[in-house]
Amino acid sequence: MSSSGAGALAPPGSAALAPRGATSGSTRADRRRARARRLGVRTIALGYLALLLLAPVAMIFYRTFEHGLGPVLDALGEPNFQKAFWLSIEVVLIAVPLNTAFGIGMALLLERGRFKGKALLGMLIDLPFAISPVVVGLALVLVYGKTGWLGDWLTEHGIQVIFSVPGIVLATAVVSLPFVARETIPVLHELGTDAEQAAATLGASGWQTFWRVTLPGIRWGVVYGVVLTTARALGEFGAVSVVSGRIQGQTQTLPLYVQDRFENFDITGAYVASLVLALLALGTLLAMNLLTRRTRAAKAAI
Amino acid sequence: MAIEVQSVGKRFGTFTALDDVNIRVGDGALTALLGPSGSGKSTLLRIIAGLEEPDEGTVTIGGADVTSVPARDRGVGFVFQHYAPFKHMTVANNVAFGLTVRRRPRAEIQERVKELLALVRLDGLADRYPSQLSGGQLQRMALARALAVQPDVLLLDEPFGALDAQVRAELRAWLRRLHDEIHVTTIFVTHDQEEAMEVAEQIVVMHEGRIEQAGTPRELYESPRNEFVMTFIGPVNRLGDAFVRPHDIQLLSEASPGSTEALVQRIVHLGFEVRVELTLPDGREIWAQLTREEAQALELAEGQILSVRLPAPREFAA
Repeated sequence: MSSSGAGALAPPGSAALAPRGATSGSTRADRRRARARRLGVRTIALGYLALLLLAPVAMIFYRTFEHGLGPVLDALGEPNFQKAFWLSIEVVLIAVPLNTAFGIGMALLLERGRFKGKALLGMLIDLPFAISPVVVGLALVLVYGKTGWLGDWLTEHGIQVIFSVPGIVLATAVVSLPFVARETIPVLHELGTDAEQAAATLGASGWQTFWRVTLPGIRWGVVYGVVLTTARALGEFGAVSVVSGRIQGQTQTLPLYVQDRFENFDITGAYVASLVLALLALGTLLAMNLLTRRTRAAKAAI
Repeated sequence: MAIEVQSVGKRFGTFTALDDVNIRVGDGALTALLGPSGSGKSTLLRIIAGLEEPDEGTVTIGGADVTSVPARDRGVGFVFQHYAPFKHMTVANNVAFGLTVRRRPRAEIQERVKELLALVRLDGLADRYPSQLSGGQLQRMALARALAVQPDVLLLDEPFGALDAQVRAELRAWLRRLHDEIHVTTIFVTHDQEEAMEVAEQIVVMHEGRIEQAGTPRELYESPRNEFVMTFIGPVNRLGDAFVRPHDIQLLSEASPGSTEALVQRIVHLGFEVRVELTLPDGREIWAQLTREEAQALELAEGQILSVRLPAPREFAA
């Protein structure tokens, strides 16, 4: 019985040798093809990035300094530029903390809360991503403008939202709303509730638990969300363009200033402002990167 | 402090996690909640800690009704199954947490942390981070953290569940000694009957959200109240509706009144213990437990036919 079983096994075994040899040959070819494919994908990805992002940004650098430092310094000294620069900074400094606090709160609510309509709320948070910024701007005008829904009440109390700084802050906050929440929710989920419950059994209050356990646990998600929010807030054009009225030297943010200079054939002014915008964004990225790296290095060093 | 749980029930949706549960744990006792997964033992522990709210019933600690007292005011130390370390804090800061949030003076905190780290034998590791500790070390850190606030009650959820066998055995013995030293009322949850028997003074056996039986390890082993307790605690042979402990089966070298024949199928040597798998004349299979000496004296061999005397089997009303 058993010997016949072994005999029955032998032929397919020996027959299997030939195809196996063939397979190893085809594996080599497969590997070569895979390598070629990988190279191809890489080339396309890098080429795409170069064409769309690197080349234009590099061109801005080049064009800015094309005629030496003099015109650049002149453009930087332009009062309207300085006004736009500080307005952008102001808007970011108000909108980003607001959205950070809101984003963390929302993430906690969506991840830890138990209530009806949670799914709906989760969808609503993403709405600013889905709607065109211009539409956001128009919607804000419809609510807060002079003839808008809240217009009479606001005028009565002497508050001007549209065509002034509050409107710009509002528009910027709306379009950059989802970032912190979206980046924080998965980290919060990953963190789990065990550590928070442990803190509770050790006598920590809700606040103490949040500041000492939850926030340190989700800080990388928050940091990343803040970087994205800042970048978006700095660069926002569409919504701000609608609500600001684009008043030179008053409600012009940096992106609006760039557009204005460009349209008025002040190419150097446009390039310089663009460069400053790019550097601000780069600075934010770098600062966050250094921050995370230093903390990690400190931890690893122990 | 004594803990009393009265008529506690808890449902998650349609699933009944606990159904009319009553237990009493004496002051300073070391008690095990023992049961298979899904028996409700962890839920009961979390209800005692205040991490879960019962749908009905009350929990009293030291005579005071704490049913609606939040976890942070219960004076309960809780050790989580996966230790729940604060990963961004050093071991010392983890242990200090309960004192830090109570805003105790720095010097007092440092002193107490040092004391506790010595107690759990983590002296040299105060400045490490949880990610740099082994499972057993994390376990002891979690324990020190829970003890730092001098809880009235210490609760441990599957304290040895995630550790490998050797560390487990060491920690068991150590927990036992620690309890003798600090004498805090302790309840731990386990699904491992051997662990419960070895560590606990009192065992509460749970099954499908109900208490099956509570008593000392010896009581449970010698007089189980029902089939579940009989089969869950200690090895058992099932003969129809009756049960026989393997070490109660006598193997005889020659037939005697009341004995039956049996065929030796397999002999398993486990060091001191020898397991003999037998087939009875009616085809039923059982196994007997002998010491090495007994097995040697009988000169057991596989395929051998010998005489077996079965003890009076235990039967439980359905």
